[in-house]
Amino acid sequence: MTDLDRIRNFAIIAHIDHGKSTLADRLIQFCGGVDQREFRDQMLDSMDIERERGITIKAQTVRLAYRAQDGKDYVLNLMDTPGHVDFAYEVSRSLAACEGSILVVDASQGVEAQTLANVYQAIDNGHEIVPVLNKIDLPAADPGRVKQQIEDVIGIDASGAVEVSAKTGLNIGAVLEALVQRLPAPVGDAAAPLKALLVDSWYDPYLGVVVLVRIRDGRLVRGQKIRMMAAGATYEVDRVGVFTPKPKDMAALGPGEMGFITAGIKAVADVKVGDTITEERRPAAEPLPGFKPSLPVVFCGLFPTDTADFEHLRESLAKLRLNDASFVYEPESSAALGFGFRCGFLGLLHLEIIQERLEREFDLDLIATAPSVVYKVHLTNGEVVDVYNPVDMPDPVRVDHIEEPWIKATIFVPDEYLGAVLKLCEDRRGRQDQLTYAGTRAMLVYRLPLAEVVFDFYDRLKSVSRGYASFDYAVDSYEEGDVVKLAILVNAEPVDALSIMVHRAEAESRGRVLCVKLKELIPQQLFKIAIQAAIGGRIIARETVSALRKDVTAKCYGGDISRKRKLLEKQKEGKKRMRQFGKVDIPQSAFFAALKAREN
Amino acid sequence: MTADAPGFGVYVHWPFCVSKCPYCDFNSHVRSTIDETGWRDALLRDLETQARPFADRRVTSVFFGGGTPSLMAPATVAAVIDRIAALWPLAPDVEITLEANPNSAEVARFRDLRAAGIGRVSIGVQALDDDALRLLGRAHGGDEARRAIAAAAAIFDRFSFDLIYARPGQGLDAWTRELGAALALAGEHLSVYQLTFEPGTRFEQLRRRGDIVPLDDETADAMFDATRAILDAHGLPAYEISNHARPGAASRHNLGYWRYEDYLGVGPGAHGRLTLGGVKYATRAERAPETWMAQVAAAGEGMAARDVVAPADAAREALLMGLRLTAGISPPRFQRVCGTPLDAALDPRGLARMIEGGFLRRDADGTLVATPAGLRVLDAVLVEIAR
Ligand SMILES: Nc1nc2c(ncn2[C@@H]2O[C@H](COP(=O)(O)OP(=O)(O)O)[C@@H](O)[C@H]2O)c(=O)[nH]1
Ligand SMILES: C[S@@+](CC[C@H](N)C(=O)[O-])C[C@H]1O[C@@H](n2cnc3c(N)ncnc32)[C@H](O)[C@@H]1O
Ligand code: SF4
Ligand SMILES: [Mg+2]
Repeated sequence: MTDLDRIRNFAIIAHIDHGKSTLADRLIQFCGGVDQREFRDQMLDSMDIERERGITIKAQTVRLAYRAQDGKDYVLNLMDTPGHVDFAYEVSRSLAACEGSILVVDASQGVEAQTLANVYQAIDNGHEIVPVLNKIDLPAADPGRVKQQIEDVIGIDASGAVEVSAKTGLNIGAVLEALVQRLPAPVGDAAAPLKALLVDSWYDPYLGVVVLVRIRDGRLVRGQKIRMMAAGATYEVDRVGVFTPKPKDMAALGPGEMGFITAGIKAVADVKVGDTITEERRPAAEPLPGFKPSLPVVFCGLFPTDTADFEHLRESLAKLRLNDASFVYEPESSAALGFGFRCGFLGLLHLEIIQERLEREFDLDLIATAPSVVYKVHLTNGEVVDVYNPVDMPDPVRVDHIEEPWIKATIFVPDEYLGAVLKLCEDRRGRQDQLTYAGTRAMLVYRLPLAEVVFDFYDRLKSVSRGYASFDYAVDSYEEGDVVKLAILVNAEPVDALSIMVHRAEAESRGRVLCVKLKELIPQQLFKIAIQAAIGGRIIARETVSALRKDVTAKCYGGDISRKRKLLEKQKEGKKRMRQFGKVDIPQSAFFAALKAREN
Repeated sequence: MTADAPGFGVYVHWPFCVSKCPYCDFNSHVRSTIDETGWRDALLRDLETQARPFADRRVTSVFFGGGTPSLMAPATVAAVIDRIAALWPLAPDVEITLEANPNSAEVARFRDLRAAGIGRVSIGVQALDDDALRLLGRAHGGDEARRAIAAAAAIFDRFSFDLIYARPGQGLDAWTRELGAALALAGEHLSVYQLTFEPGTRFEQLRRRGDIVPLDDETADAMFDATRAILDAHGLPAYEISNHARPGAASRHNLGYWRYEDYLGVGPGAHGRLTLGGVKYATRAERAPETWMAQVAAAGEGMAARDVVAPADAAREALLMGLRLTAGISPPRFQRVCGTPLDAALDPRGLARMIEGGFLRRDADGTLVATPAGLRVLDAVLVEIAR
C-alpha cells in the first residue's frame, strides 16, 4: 500500500489529435514503465481498431513510479481518455476516478469543441486542471495566443501551463512535477470497510472478467470475499494487480490506488460499471455515488448474416457490453433479416466501432439496419410510446403528434469556413443560439434535430471546413416534429430493414436518393428489380435495376475446368453475403450504405 | 454403336509462339531457339508415364493446342501420334486436330502435317481485315488468312477457324459484314469468341489505364444475337456458347470437355480429368516450359498437381460444362461421368425458379437445357442451381 500523500490520480483530456496518447507514451517512458524493447507507439491504444484509426476508444490506466525533485517516490495513476463526442461516457467514468486532469491543447490549433466539453466535465467533477500546451516543436505553435484563448474561452488560469512536445519528449519532466505539486492527494480511510468504485471491466480470454477499480476506503486483497453492492453478487478475489502498463500482481490495493482484480466472475450482469465493491463480512453502509449512465441516442438492428450465428452474436454482445457499458441491446426479429438485436449507441461512430469490434474480435458477419433516434409518439388516446425502430411506428391514424430529440451543438470553426458551416446547420433544420468569436475562430452554438446529425453530419462538417471545424453535442430536449415513415419496397414488397423516419419536407428527396443509391448497390440479377420509396402507401420515387443481359464466359479454356469451378464457387460465396427478398438478392452492405446517402 | 460410350481424349500442349498476342492469357511463350528433339522426347515421356494406368481405354480424339502447335516439326507431331497409337487402340472415327496459325510459313507445312496423321485443323484467323488484325497484334494479314483457309480446305478432311468479335470500336454492321465474308470461306465448323480482357494481358493493362476502351455491352450483346441468327440461317447452328457446326460436325474433342468425359493432358500447363477406380482426378502440369522439362526429366511426367475431385465438385464441374451445350445435359450421361445423379446436383428451389423464369428447360426424358435466354446469363443461372 502507498501513503495517500504519495499518490496522484489524473486523467488526460483533450480534443481529438491534440496528443493525449503521445503524451501518455512519453510519461510512461519517462517513468521507465516499459523498456525500450517493448515500446510501441500509442502504447495504450491496445485495440487493433484504435491503432488503425488512430483514435482512442477505451479509457486506459497505467500506474507510474516517479521520483520527484523533492527526492520522494510517488505513484502516479494515469488515465488516457477518448476524445470523440461519442465516447463522452468513457471520459466521464475516468474523471470520477481521479482528482485532477492534464488538459492537453495543441499549441498550433488552440481550443476546440471537445477541449471545452471535456474540461467542463472535469471541472464539474471537482478536478484540479493542469494545462499543457503540446506540439511546441511545430513552427505554427503559438503558446502565447493559446494561453490567452484558454483563459478567455474556458476561463481558467493558464499562466502555469507547461509547454511540451510529446513528440520530441521536450519538458516531460515538468509535466510530472506539476502533477506532484499541483494536484491534491486522494483522501480515504484504510481502516474503514472497503469501498471501491467499479471503473471498467472487460473480458480477457485468459483471465476471464477483469475489473478495474479505484479504492476510496479500505483495502482490497487476494482471497478477500467481496460484494457488488448494486448487483448483489459476491465473489472471492483471486488476483489483485496494477498495469504498468503490463499487468503486475500486488499484495493489496489501498485508499487512493487504482488497479485491477479478477474474481472468477462468470455472469456479465454482475459487473456494472459505476457499482461499488465492498467487503462481504463488513459491508460499507452506503455505496459511492455511481456514474450517471449516458443514454444511448442512436439505435439500429444488428443481424447475423448467417442466421445460425444468432447465439454467437448474443454471447458476443454480452462480452462486449462488459467492456462498454454505454451500449444497450435487446432481441429483435425482422421479417427480412430474421433474428437479431436492436442496439442503442452513443452516436454513429460508436455504432460503427461496435459493429467492427463484433466482426473482428468475435468473427461475426453482420448486417446493420438504418440507424434511428428515439421518437416519442403521442397517440390520440393520450398514451405516449417511445419508438426505437421505424417498423414499430404506430398506424398514422392513431398518432396525434410525434416528438423528436434535439441536441445542442457547439462548433468551433475558422472564419473562412463559417459560411459553409452555417449553411450546413441551416440545411439540417438547425436553429442558431449563439455566435461569438475567440480570436479568428467563431464559436457557434446551434440547436439541431438529432436525426439530422446522426447519419453523416460530422463527416459533412469536416468536409465543408476542410477538417478545421470541431464539434461537440449534448442531447437537449424533445420537440414536436413533422416526421413520417419512409418505406422502401423491393418488387412491391416492403423491406422492413430499410424503412426510416424522416422529416416530411425532406421525405421526397431522401426517398429519391435512397432509390438511386440502392440501384447502384444492388447488382444486376436474372430478373428485373423495382425499387420504390413510399410514404403511407403513396409511391414517391422509383428506380429499376434492369435484368442481367449477359455474363457468360465466351471462351473455352480448354481443359482448365477447375478455374471455372472456382469462379462459380466464388460467386456462390458472394451470394451468401446477400439477403433474399423474394427473387431479389440484396448485398448486406446496401443496408447501411444506402441510408447514409443524401442529396448534396 | 458406341456413340454413347464416354470418349477418351488426349490433349497435347505446344507452348511456343512467334510473338505474344496482347489479348492472350494462354500458356504461350516466345523463345528464340527450341530444342525440338528434346521437346519431342519430353512429350513422349510425359505421355507414356501418364498413360500407364489407363491402358484399357480407347482414344476417341487427340488435340494439339497451344501456343502454336503448327510451329511443331511435322516429325514431332508424327512421333506423338504414333506413340498414342502404340499406347492405345484408336477409335475408327478418331478425330485428330491441330490448332494452326495462318502464317504462310506454317501453311507450307500443312501437307506434312496431314501425312503425320492430322485430320482436322482449327485455324486462328481471328479477323479478316488487316486493321483489325493489327489491333489484335497478330502476325498475319487478311489475305494470308484467306490463303490458309483455302489450303486447309484442300488438304484436310475437316477444318474450322476462330474469329474474335466485339473488338474495341467495332460496329454491329461491320461485324455482320465480316461474318458474311467469313461464311463464304467456312466449312463445317466455326468458333466465334467475344473478346475478353483477361488478367495479366497487355490489353487488360491498357484497359485499366484507359488507353483501350472495351466495346459497350449493348453492342456486344447485339453482336452475339446477330451471330447466332446469321449462322443459324446458314446451317451452322450453335452447339455451344461460342461454337457452331453443321449437325454432326462438332469438335469431338471439345465435346468431351463439355460432357465431362476423361481426357489426358500432355505438355506444359496441360490439364487432365481422369477417372480411375471410381475416383475422379484433376491433373495440372507445370506451366513454365523449362520447369516442365525439368519435372519430366526428374519424375517422368510434368505434373504440378494431381488432386482428387470430390464427388460434389465433380458434379459442379459436369454441370457448368454441360449446360454450355445447346443439347444440354442428359441425366444418364451425367451420372455416368461424375457419379452423381443429375437431380442430386441441383438445388430444387433454384431449379424451379430458373425454369419458371424461362432460363432453363426440362425435356420429357429429363434432359436439362439452358434456353437461349439462359445461355447468355449462364454464370448467374449456375449460381442459382448448383448445390
Ligand atoms: N509535431 C508534433 N506532433 C505531435 C505531438 N504530439 C502528438 N503529435 C502527433 O499528433 C497526432 C495525434 O496524436 P495522438 O497522441 O494520437 O492524439 P490523441 O488523439 O489526442 O490521442 C499524431 O500524429 C502524433 O504523432 C507533438 O508534440 N509534436
Ligand atoms: C488456344 S487459343 C490460340 C490458338 C492459336 N495460337 C491462335 O492464336 O490462333 C484459341 C482461341 O481462343 C481465342 N482467344 C484467345 N484469347 C482470347 C480472348 N482474350 N478473347 C477472346 N477470344 C480469345 C482465339 O480465337 C484463339 O484462336
Ligand atoms: S498465337 Fe495464339 S497462343 Fe500464341 S500468343 Fe497469340 S493467341 Fe496466344
Ligand atoms: Mg489517442
